[in-house]
Amino acid sequence: MIIAQPKPLEETRRMITPYQRVLIVGCGTCMTVCDAGGEHEVSYLRNALQVAQARSGNGTHTFSEYTLKRQCDSEFLNLLADKVGDVDAILSLGCGIGVQAIAEHFPDIPVLPGVNTSFMGMAKEWGVWDERCAACGDCRLEETAGICPITRCTKGILNGPCAGTKNGKCEANKDADCAWVLIYKRLERLGQLDKMRRYYPPRNFRTIPRPKRLVSKVNINTGGDNG
Amino acid sequence: MVNSLFEEKLGSNEFLVTTEIGPPKGVDISEMVHHIDLLKEKVDAINVTDHQSSMMRFPSVGGCFLIKERGGEPILQMTCRDRNRLALQADLLLAYSRGITNVLCLTGDCVDVGDHKEAKPVFDLDSVQLLKMIRTMESGTDVAGNALKGVPKFCLGASVHPEADFIDPQLVKFEKKVTAGAQFFQTQGIFDLVSLRRFMQFASPFNVKILAGIIVLASARMARYMNDNVPGIIVSQAIIDELTNAEKGKGLQKGIEIAARFVKTIKEEKLCHGVHIMAVGSERIVPDILEAAQVSGAHR
Repeated sequence: MIIAQPKPLEETRRMITPYQRVLIVGCGTCMTVCDAGGEHEVSYLRNALQVAQARSGNGTHTFSEYTLKRQCDSEFLNLLADKVGDVDAILSLGCGIGVQAIAEHFPDIPVLPGVNTSFMGMAKEWGVWDERCAACGDCRLEETAGICPITRCTKGILNGPCAGTKNGKCEANKDADCAWVLIYKRLERLGQLDKMRRYYPPRNFRTIPRPKRLVSKVNINTGGDNG
Repeated sequence: MVNSLFEEKLGSNEFLVTTEIGPPKGVDISEMVHHIDLLKEKVDAINVTDHQSSMMRFPSVGGCFLIKERGGEPILQMTCRDRNRLALQADLLLAYSRGITNVLCLTGDCVDVGDHKEAKPVFDLDSVQLLKMIRTMESGTDVAGNALKGVPKFCLGASVHPEADFIDPQLVKFEKKVTAGAQFFQTQGIFDLVSLRRFMQFASPFNVKILAGIIVLASARMARYMNDNVPGIIVSQAIIDELTNAEKGKGLQKGIEIAARFVKTIKEEKLCHGVHIMAVGSERIVPDILEAAQVSGAHR
């Protein structure tokens, strides 16, 4: 899923400065799961902005709030239609996709990002998420025992560990495991060390043209294979 | 055909000595020139570091120009950290056009350990891919398969870490570097000859020259700092204790003594094919180490 972090309150306050009536919109999927922009965070942010405004003594903003099931699908965005009539700006607590989806859907209303979208990851433990995929468009996980060197090696290198690893940890972050030590150990466990000995050529960055588009080949009338 | 004096020496049975200089942070090259003149006749080749520890410096290729101009033998250090495959190839063409043909191919330290932590790390290639790319250029095409007008030829080196605490994946990578075209290796700093002996048992069957990395430590504090902050460096407790017990104010002298002892032992016991001395900012003391180790001048 997509992981994000709330923006610092002061940054959010600066962003909303020009706008009086602000609708704060949460997202019920990834942003809720990673505690960045679900219903709870929308309500918390609204309260925090109101308190900060009261303290500063220049009460110019009025807030409303709403949390969609998903911000990245236009069918859900239709639910906002009757909530945006009198707002000056929408503060989206969706990921970067949610913010842009709202902006496309409501071209006349400024949309502000309330979170910093960080990465795609998985929950490691309660309240801790780790990056696991860079959506590079050229998945190598079969070669690397299911451990992604693109995201988990700081340098994203393909032919084994650099010489900076110490105690099995990364030279850039002593708390992070060296991806290539993990890959080596798991390949050894699987009896596949020959995969480590292969030469892997430079990455083909044409597999990741931007902006990406994926067109599903499923025929919605007849069914059939997807891809 | 050999491409450089250094490559010719690699083919001999000489005990090889290389060292390295770090270019300045700025345009005052006087100290670097001084170090080049001091060292050029005392060693077989001089590496010029490429933004060592990810600290922005005068470029490695610029330092190599100076060595060449002053009659020395340069080894161009090239890391993949700051340049994509276009820039790496272009710099190699430039180097070759100025007679710089010895290249040490490195992945490069993380940007995070340096002084421009907010920079975008490149790592378009890794060290193995860089070696292979250069061999491709020598066959007459760039890495994209387009013909080159005028074909370069290089003598290629790489690094290896015999003291890594988990050595197995490092050995796999060493082998990949040999296959990709490395002719010589300069190791990470060696602080324990046991690990060098063990590594050489593995490396001896390969047709490459191994130069043991010798880092000169000026104090116990520096040793501990390097253990904590410099990627891949593991200074043994025995060395730290020896530096701690050195007479006050004589830390560097002790460091020279330790380095010279390593060089002498490695040479006498023929543990590997040579040494690469890294004085990390104290290039001026390299001749003292060579003299103390009795390898200065005599053999070259």
